[in-house]
Amino acid sequence: MSDLGRRRPRFALNTRTWLILCIAVAAIYLLGVFVWGLCLRPAAYAVHYADKFAPPGAKYLFGADFMGRDMFFRCIKGLSLSLVVGMCASLVSSVIGLAFGVSSALLGGKFDRFVLLCVDCCMGLPHLVLLILISYMLGRGVRGVLIGVALTHWPELTRLIRAEVLQLRAAQYVQAARRMGRTGFQVAFEHILPHVVPVYIVGLVLLFPHAIMHEASITFLGFGLPAETPAIGVILSEAMRHIATGKWWLALFPGLMLITAVVLFDVIGENLKKLLNPDSGNE
Amino acid sequence: MQTARPKYLYIAGIAGRMILLLFLVSVLSFALIAKAPIDPLLSYVGAESTLSEEAKAEIVRHWGLDEPLPARCLSWMKNVLHGDFGMSITYKRPVIDVIAERFSHSIVLMMLAWAFSGALGYAAGIFAGMRRGGICDRAIKLFCLVLQSAPTFWLGLLILSFFSVKLGLFPFGLAVPAGKLAAEITLGDRIHHLILPVFTLTIVSIGKITLFTRQKLTEILNSDYILFARARGESDRQIVLRHVLRNTALPAVTLQFSSFSELFGGMALAETVFSYPGVGTAATAAALNGDAPLLLGVALIGALFVFSGNLIANILYGVVDPRLREGGDYV
Repeated sequence: MSDLGRRRPRFALNTRTWLILCIAVAAIYLLGVFVWGLCLRPAAYAVHYADKFAPPGAKYLFGADFMGRDMFFRCIKGLSLSLVVGMCASLVSSVIGLAFGVSSALLGGKFDRFVLLCVDCCMGLPHLVLLILISYMLGRGVRGVLIGVALTHWPELTRLIRAEVLQLRAAQYVQAARRMGRTGFQVAFEHILPHVVPVYIVGLVLLFPHAIMHEASITFLGFGLPAETPAIGVILSEAMRHIATGKWWLALFPGLMLITAVVLFDVIGENLKKLLNPDSGNE
Repeated sequence: MQTARPKYLYIAGIAGRMILLLFLVSVLSFALIAKAPIDPLLSYVGAESTLSEEAKAEIVRHWGLDEPLPARCLSWMKNVLHGDFGMSITYKRPVIDVIAERFSHSIVLMMLAWAFSGALGYAAGIFAGMRRGGICDRAIKLFCLVLQSAPTFWLGLLILSFFSVKLGLFPFGLAVPAGKLAAEITLGDRIHHLILPVFTLTIVSIGKITLFTRQKLTEILNSDYILFARARGESDRQIVLRHVLRNTALPAVTLQFSSFSELFGGMALAETVFSYPGVGTAATAAALNGDAPLLLGVALIGALFVFSGNLIANILYGVVDPRLREGGDYV
């Protein structure tokens, strides 16, 4: 480290430290918004009819909506709701993806073909249409969105993990372990799973933004969270009604908050990918 | 050396798999919709209907709602194969007519956005990749990363509020001017209404193809044959024309075809924002009104659309690419 510091005195950080720093800053922001939103009392965005459509300013950072509610606090609350949905979805989808990916690559044969068929089947419908169908089946509402978003994000990760395991399976040390009489389960848990973990973690983080965006989209279309919840999708679909009268701030800021969250998740994911890959982590 | 499998066998194999998948997807959609807690009879006759119980039972029998699920699915499929998708409850017309009319609007929107985003994105990707590390490259990359993370409907809202509300350049939604007779609508009117939705959808889908092309270009520029070309004294222009275009065009086109799924989703969102009367708005209306036949029809059309994109992508990938054409494993 000190060698590097001497060569480049102005930036005394090597890639690794820099990556960790980026991840930390992004994670702290997201965690901060999440906790803040969870702890926020509804009084913070209570109705003040006197301040109806107040433009952004010192009193209302992001302006106020048609009921005089503070958009800034509604956004924070909405974002933390989105994060909850994203978390559930990523956890469920990534576990399905991991289980399917590893088992289909290791077992091969009929099971492999079955999993691939499931993946293709799931990706055959446009994602949004699939979400609408699932939400329709569950009678709309929070449950529909949660389950829909959680159950439809596994195919990509399954493919990714399957490809990774297929490569590993052919590796010499795995072959050797097999020849030495380790059972399929032992090989899977001792030799293959540890190598899949980095792919899995990166996949998990990169699932987040997709899940959040889909939740917001489906809510925007009117299938998701009920109209009184301060979710980003709800806020934006309310904003659509006031766009014609020039209330641009109702749409601009909530969207910017959403983009920031999505970009930060991407930053975390991409940097983790570099960090966990020994080739690029030590550049 | 493997012997090459004949081309037609390859295409037939892919097509066969597609048909099987299409069948499975329609079964899946049917099951999802049939299992919904929304009573099809209730959404047909309405909550305050004065129909007698006998008449309701008659409808149930007529529609076969009392039959088991597989039988209903089978009869639905049989009818679909004959071109009968049922009656739409929302629009009080045959589903096939509703979809045909709306899809003709949507397909124009999607294809224009598809072509523009493909051409512009590809050009931007080549441009950025050739100047890797420069200001232009960084700007394009940042722009694309942000665009990729932006929700379609949000971009649509901003574009609408800026160009239509603030500047007043474009109409506020719909596909044709409101209150004008169908006979008086000109092509100019239609184009005028199309510009903003197409612009939104183009912007949304441009990021993926640009970043992909840029990445591909980097790989190519690091290859030995480019080093050799440079050693021969080829200029940047010559390198792009002779080597880069040939090697990036096919993957880019393939990617563009396989992104039909996202295109369809983006279309649905953009249509909602611009209240454009296409399939997307029909799907939302159908699902919100409990209009099962229309929703099923839209799902089927969506699946068909995605499958045709994938089919073309697969065929391009397997048949046109000379490396894969020379035999070897297609799967």
